[in-house]
Amino acid sequence: MLAWTIYSAWIGAAVALMLPRRCSQWARAVALLAASCVLGIVLVALAQHPSGAMQTVALRPWIPMLGIQYSLAADGISLTLLLLTGLAAVAGVFFSWNVERRAPEFFALYLLLIGAVCGVFLSRDLFLLFVFYEIAIVPKYFLIAIWGSTRREYGAMKLVLYSFAGSAMVLLGLLAAYVASGAHSMTLDDLARYPYPAHMQMWAFPLVFVGFAVLAGLWPLHTWAPTGHVAAPTAASMLLAGVVMKLGAYGCLRVAMTLFPLGLAEWRGVFALLGVVGIVYGAVAALVQRDFKFVIGYSSISHMGFVLLGLMTLNMIGLSGAVLQMFSHGILAGLLFAVAGRMVYDRTHTRELSALQTLRLDKAIPFAAVTFAIAGAASMGLPGFSGFVAELMVLVGAWRAYPMLAIGAGVGIAVGVAYIWRAMQQAFFAGGTGTEQDHCIPAQAQPHAQPHAQEPLPAITLPERFGAWLLIAASIVVGVYPQFLLRLIDEALRGPLFAGLSMGGLR
Amino acid sequence: MNAILHAIPALYALLPEVILGVLALLALALDLSVLRACALRVRMACAAWLGVAACVAAIAWLLLHVPAQSSVAGGMLAANSLTALVQVAMLVLSACVLLLWMDARTAHHAGESVLLILFATVGMLLLVAAQDLLLIFLSLELLSLPLYILTALDARRDVDGASSSAHAAEASLKYFLFGGVSSAMLLFGFSLLYGLANSTRLASVAIAVQAAPLQPLLLAATALIVVGLGFKIAAAPFHFWAPDVYEAAPASSAALIASGSKVAAFFLFFQIFTLGLTSARGWTLMLAVIAALSIALGSLAATVQTNVRRLLAYSAVAHAGYMLLAFLAGTRANLPALLFYVVTYALAALGFFGVVAVLENAGVGDTLEAWAGLSQRSPLLAGSAAIFLFSLAGVPPLAGFFGKFYLFAAVLQRAPIASIPFWLVVLAIAMSAVALYYSLRVLKPAFVADPAVGAGAIPIPFVSRVVVLLLAAAVIVLGCAPQLFLHWILCAIQTAGLR
Repeated sequence: MLAWTIYSAWIGAAVALMLPRRCSQWARAVALLAASCVLGIVLVALAQHPSGAMQTVALRPWIPMLGIQYSLAADGISLTLLLLTGLAAVAGVFFSWNVERRAPEFFALYLLLIGAVCGVFLSRDLFLLFVFYEIAIVPKYFLIAIWGSTRREYGAMKLVLYSFAGSAMVLLGLLAAYVASGAHSMTLDDLARYPYPAHMQMWAFPLVFVGFAVLAGLWPLHTWAPTGHVAAPTAASMLLAGVVMKLGAYGCLRVAMTLFPLGLAEWRGVFALLGVVGIVYGAVAALVQRDFKFVIGYSSISHMGFVLLGLMTLNMIGLSGAVLQMFSHGILAGLLFAVAGRMVYDRTHTRELSALQTLRLDKAIPFAAVTFAIAGAASMGLPGFSGFVAELMVLVGAWRAYPMLAIGAGVGIAVGVAYIWRAMQQAFFAGGTGTEQDHCIPAQAQPHAQPHAQEPLPAITLPERFGAWLLIAASIVVGVYPQFLLRLIDEALRGPLFAGLSMGGLR
Repeated sequence: MNAILHAIPALYALLPEVILGVLALLALALDLSVLRACALRVRMACAAWLGVAACVAAIAWLLLHVPAQSSVAGGMLAANSLTALVQVAMLVLSACVLLLWMDARTAHHAGESVLLILFATVGMLLLVAAQDLLLIFLSLELLSLPLYILTALDARRDVDGASSSAHAAEASLKYFLFGGVSSAMLLFGFSLLYGLANSTRLASVAIAVQAAPLQPLLLAATALIVVGLGFKIAAAPFHFWAPDVYEAAPASSAALIASGSKVAAFFLFFQIFTLGLTSARGWTLMLAVIAALSIALGSLAATVQTNVRRLLAYSAVAHAGYMLLAFLAGTRANLPALLFYVVTYALAALGFFGVVAVLENAGVGDTLEAWAGLSQRSPLLAGSAAIFLFSLAGVPPLAGFFGKFYLFAAVLQRAPIASIPFWLVVLAIAMSAVALYYSLRVLKPAFVADPAVGAGAIPIPFVSRVVVLLLAAAVIVLGCAPQLFLHWILCAIQTAGLR
């Protein structure tokens, strides 16, 4: 039944594409219906299979000459990330309720992306996984290039080329694994069972790992992320930061680490270090940004650094923490981008923090201020929210594996408090001491942004409230009762697929 | 009389070629006699439908009458399930070209152009079957000469003074001169082989080569043949004619050059190098250099083009390099991958030129600026162009992706890690990211930009619409269900005894 997450999203995409150009209302309805279907199916599947062990969803031969199967399966990690995808998809539709320009195409591409992402999380055959992974790349380009804002064509092309270069590395590694095993099968279980020679793992592991980690924002290959996030329309940045970056991390865990455990053992120190550099670099860079969305873009790098660090700890608590952090960051980054992109930028038409200072947004749109405060607190790691549990687990795991690096990550958390505080203070609670005339609106703000100071900003709409409540609720539920997801994740990590990781030191 | 009786079995085996030839002449005769007074549109439709009928009849004959294994005319021609498969593929491509040609507003010669397309098709069919150096050369010329003329068949007048027919004539002359020189080299190489083997049969050449694989004469012959065929498949550094021809020729002619003639040339390449020169040394290194150059130069040069046709020409150079990879390790075993690749490539290239042909007839230019807002002026054309370009760039789930995956897997299976073919596969995979970049450069104006003021919807003639849609569907189906076509290829190869 989980396979219908893919099909329902793609059927929705096809229906949206058939709609006449002017039918924005219908396109929205179709998108909301399809996204709700995805979320609903995942929730039902969670209720039906609460164990988190690997369950086969679909299995039939596809290209028998090459041993390629149409093989879909889900375990606890897949379910967690599918739940994230469903939540982000529904919230994304709510936050793009105001898209009027070429709306059917927008929602068709949006649903195409969601279906492909679900496909990646469900694929057990590596050929199939790669197919879904690449299908997810193309819609991102058009979503950003057509409906984006600042330097959208540059940001879109950069993002797509980084993704595609990463996937080219993955393809080479997968081909090498397929050929070397001689197994006449592309199923992950079959390939992971084959003991690849150590000298091959030494180059194949970093190749595949980096190929996936490009999408997860691995420092120093992260530079596509801030520009891409900033250029993207709100729903696309929510999906990009919330879900697509998880594709990369998921690929690292599911494919690179299980296929080449010996390579992992050799390289894990390097990638753990890069993860910590990403944590600190992202946080420090976020501290000095002038653009509201860039702050959140760099904060994503920092949070994804926790995921990579958690993966490299190779102990149970660190790995579970990494997966939980994927979920938590997906929800919180979506919420932060929704506030910055939809609630603030679509109303004020500027994202410059210095310009926002003058607008007294805490009085003009209090809902946005409250949402940002909650999301910011969760993102800093305040207890009671999902971010706290996840980052704590990663820190504990890192402390056991790499005590020095855990200290670096702790510094990153401290800086994280500072940049969230600064952004919140400047964007919402600056008090508006200056008048509009003192601060010139920056050049890239459109001319019609000027009169906004006189007339009141449009109120927060109902769909925006729905979306925000949905994401806040998800973060609180997981923060208060993390066992809900951790049970699934732990069960999955104890599965036979990850048994090979013990060669790399999983304890 | 006796000689005629003797020729009857051969003619029977060559029935598809005979059908095409006779109907081509019939189309010309009808066009010049009965239909002379009719409107150009009617003449074009009659001639083209007659040509399509000839192709369909030939396809039907080939499908219904597959000989397991037979040689015709004393071993000059082979007729087996494999040649039949390749011939069917080329007939389908030619039929699509004829259908596109029907709506072309470029030429004023209905009967002649159909005759030329059909003769070129006869040349391709013979080229696939030929097992004799002399016959190979003759069929290659029969294929090439009509293509030179088809390139020049452009009777339009441009608004800004310079006539595009002069442009086309220039390209045609360039094509002819390059092609003539390459034919001469090929013939010279063949004559050296003949001197070596005392026979023009490929099988005898193979035996002679096996006896003396290291002769300098053989090396010279191989080099000449590689250069001669390199021109025909437009591999770097022998590609200089391709961008000009692709740009200036009428779109439907360019479609034939990019699709059917590519398939024929690559099958010929396979035949000469695996049936004739298997045991000769040195050619793998030559091919490796040419493949690397083609992949790198074609991909990188395509990124700076501002004309979609020139862009496609450079991408064709890169694709020629990709296909040459199949020859570097375990050539014979790579045949299914090569065939799948070349056929899906031809479908996508043909489809893209179909889109270009519709735009050409509607008066839309083929620069990137002219494509601005295409998705709003004609969603069908823009969507199909996206499908074809993504397939060429190797984006799943389209046919081009599986073609690449299968080809790379096949090459890697026989190439040890860190050997030359391995590094070429690495280069090829890296360059596929570049391919996505230049595809997006075309699609950016088409989908992102708004159309110029006053640019309305683009009319699409019914037949062209059907052809483009069918080709797009074929690219999608072959990508999502490659096993259907692959099964056919593998069975044909098995029956032909090449495995």
